[in-house]
Amino acid sequence: MTRGDDSRDILMIIPNAAGGGYDQTGREAVKIMKDGDVTGGDFTVDNIEGAGGTNAFTEMLGDAGDEHTMITVGLGVVGSLYSFGNEGRLTDATPLAQLISEPEGVIVPGDSPYQTIDDFVEAWAADPGELAVGGGSSPGGPDHLFPMQLADTVGIDPNDVNYVSYDGGGPLTSALLGSKIAAGFSGLAEFEKQIEKGELRVLAVSGEERQPQPALTDVPTLTESDIDLVFLNWRGVLAPPDIGDERREELIGYLEEMHDSEEWAAALAQYGWTDDFKTGDDFVTFLEEQDARVSGTLEDLGLL
Amino acid sequence: MDTLNLLFDGLGAAFTPENLMYAAIGVLIGTFVGVLPGIGPAMALALLLPITYGLEVTQSLIMFAGIYYGGMYGGSTTSILLNTPGESASVMTAIEGNKMAKKGRAAQALATAAIGSFVAGTIGTLLVAFFAPTIAEQAVKIGAPSFFAIMLLSLVLVSAVLGASRLRGFIGLFIGLTIGLVGLDLSTGQARLTGGITQLVDGVDIVVVAVGLFAIGESLWIAAHLRRNPVEVVPVGRPFMGREDWARSWKPWLRGTAIGFPFGALPAGGAETPTFLSYITEKKLAKNGDEFGHGAIEGVAGPEAANNASAAGMFVPLLALGIPVTATASILLAAMTTYGIVPGPTLMTDQPDLIWTLLASLLIGNALLLVINLPLAPLWAKLLQIPRPQLYAGILFFASLGAYAVDQNPFDIALLLVFGAVGFAVRRFGIPILPLILGVIIGPLMEVKMREALDISNGKISGLFNEGLAIGIYVIIVLAIVVPIVIDRVRGDRPLVADAQDGTNEKEEVSR
Repeated sequence: MTRGDDSRDILMIIPNAAGGGYDQTGREAVKIMKDGDVTGGDFTVDNIEGAGGTNAFTEMLGDAGDEHTMITVGLGVVGSLYSFGNEGRLTDATPLAQLISEPEGVIVPGDSPYQTIDDFVEAWAADPGELAVGGGSSPGGPDHLFPMQLADTVGIDPNDVNYVSYDGGGPLTSALLGSKIAAGFSGLAEFEKQIEKGELRVLAVSGEERQPQPALTDVPTLTESDIDLVFLNWRGVLAPPDIGDERREELIGYLEEMHDSEEWAAALAQYGWTDDFKTGDDFVTFLEEQDARVSGTLEDLGLL
Repeated sequence: MDTLNLLFDGLGAAFTPENLMYAAIGVLIGTFVGVLPGIGPAMALALLLPITYGLEVTQSLIMFAGIYYGGMYGGSTTSILLNTPGESASVMTAIEGNKMAKKGRAAQALATAAIGSFVAGTIGTLLVAFFAPTIAEQAVKIGAPSFFAIMLLSLVLVSAVLGASRLRGFIGLFIGLTIGLVGLDLSTGQARLTGGITQLVDGVDIVVVAVGLFAIGESLWIAAHLRRNPVEVVPVGRPFMGREDWARSWKPWLRGTAIGFPFGALPAGGAETPTFLSYITEKKLAKNGDEFGHGAIEGVAGPEAANNASAAGMFVPLLALGIPVTATASILLAAMTTYGIVPGPTLMTDQPDLIWTLLASLLIGNALLLVINLPLAPLWAKLLQIPRPQLYAGILFFASLGAYAVDQNPFDIALLLVFGAVGFAVRRFGIPILPLILGVIIGPLMEVKMREALDISNGKISGLFNEGLAIGIYVIIVLAIVVPIVIDRVRGDRPLVADAQDGTNEKEEVSR
């Protein structure tokens, strides 16, 4: 299957199952680099599942000095490393680039009594324990961090939040359609059809700006509703530790070329991802910030 | 009538010699890949999906349906012949099917599995075609409390039909539930029963447990008795199903379908619970219940039909709501997206051509599976003529390969051997495997549903009783426990007789 030079082949590790968010982003990037023959070699994609990405990350850290491996990571992996008690941090690897960010949304059933985010926050603050909210990730994941940070911002003690964890977007959708929970916190890509049809409604999005998808243009951001919170899930690419500056620059170069392609622009539009490309030291700083913020939230919740 | 016309249009579009060839290729490849233990339908689809790219939509959908059904059937083949279920939904097939195979009835077991799958798959697909949107609308209303109640029901029913010894049955059940507890606590992230071993944090893979208990445990048991017992030659047996086999199979097929389909159609229903329920139902209804555990054809026919009906039912939330409920469904969803099918509430009206072609393809793939695999069943069955040392060496090899294939993790091989030792021990002490494996599979599912129900109610126990369906099931559970006791009391001395019979069965079990 190799074309060209074996020594230019690259392995892309995906830290969760085929079909998940990391998988979509990682595979899309690989496909564009492969089709455009950016590296002059071939690509292999390997899904290593388990422990919210911790297994894949640990394995990658063990390949120190391996110049032919990359891993797709994101906010969920930052949280998992903490909640699974792993000592590793994303900055222990060689950060290459952040590829995208993706705002989340506050989703309610179509017949929910809450018409605006203010309605919901008011009811939520009145009795946070009685109002079950849910998300598609386990504690430490993006859908868990978002409601906790939102609660904190609007003056609810995150410890009082009644968060129900669902195994991904599918079960969360059923819970919302069946009105089993008052609100769901999640990325919106998986819910677009239901939103278009009015079976689910979005009260607010967590980005700095409104979302471009037709069904979402009318949904206000949290900041428009005077809630001072911007929450972005993000994904990026790392390489193993100790790969040398030259190779690091080379790999970043590949990702830059990928990022500048029309195909990537099309993928961003298709998945509703925000173009949020950072490389090198900017990305390192960003990772350090993220790490501090996640560990802070988890510490407040007594989960560390 | 419109629906019927649309389906015929779909069949018409799909029914050309060229398309049938693609379906045949799909079925064959799917079966061969599915036969590898540890590779269930989900993985078979993921591995083989790329070969459907580059074909035109109709052809790739047809080939894809062939691979799907082929992969499902391949899994039953290994369960029956080698006692190595490739996924949790074929565990029940292994229990009776392998016993049948040992009695020289492998061909019948394979045939009833194939025909049962066909019957269930066809009825299920037709139900999807006609009722998907209606069912989906109702299905989302069923929540965690009802699921918890249904799973509790299957535990109670299994305990009630434990057979030989209640005590041994409960020991098995609790060993199973304990294995199911291993891993990370869902809401606090605390590691449970992992003994500090990081590889256990994600829990124990059911395939590893099942293959260890069944295949490895049995190989050890056979090896330990190889010199003491005379070599039992597996009788050749008849190649096809006899009249009695048909008479005993058709009702379980239909009952299995009726039990499996609703579970598939419920988001988060899954295929495991219905296979257990179907097995229990068949055991309860069988005239000669004693044959269960020793190779009763009903115990293969029912669960296989339930498994396939649930697989068809899975298309209801997938097509009507865009919700993938199983690993297989997620891969199907990914594949359908590449064909330009965007599942969701409006799918049936937005893209009728593609959907009807897909449903027609499923029907054709299902039919072709039967046509191709039924004649092969006697050939597969010959595999058991291999002398025992070589046969079990082969089983050990495939079992290890299967356990490794799940995650490509060498640790799983070690774990497999541990469960092999457990499998040997439970055989030695006469602890039944059925409640044990039920505990491993249903335990974690029950925990998730119980947590969800209690989380939503903020810890109030009433959260388990706030759905009508759940209350109805609890009533059935109470009746299932109370009625037999009352009957026993009324009839007076009957229980003693039953106990005495049980006692002899038990001894047989142990000495075997």
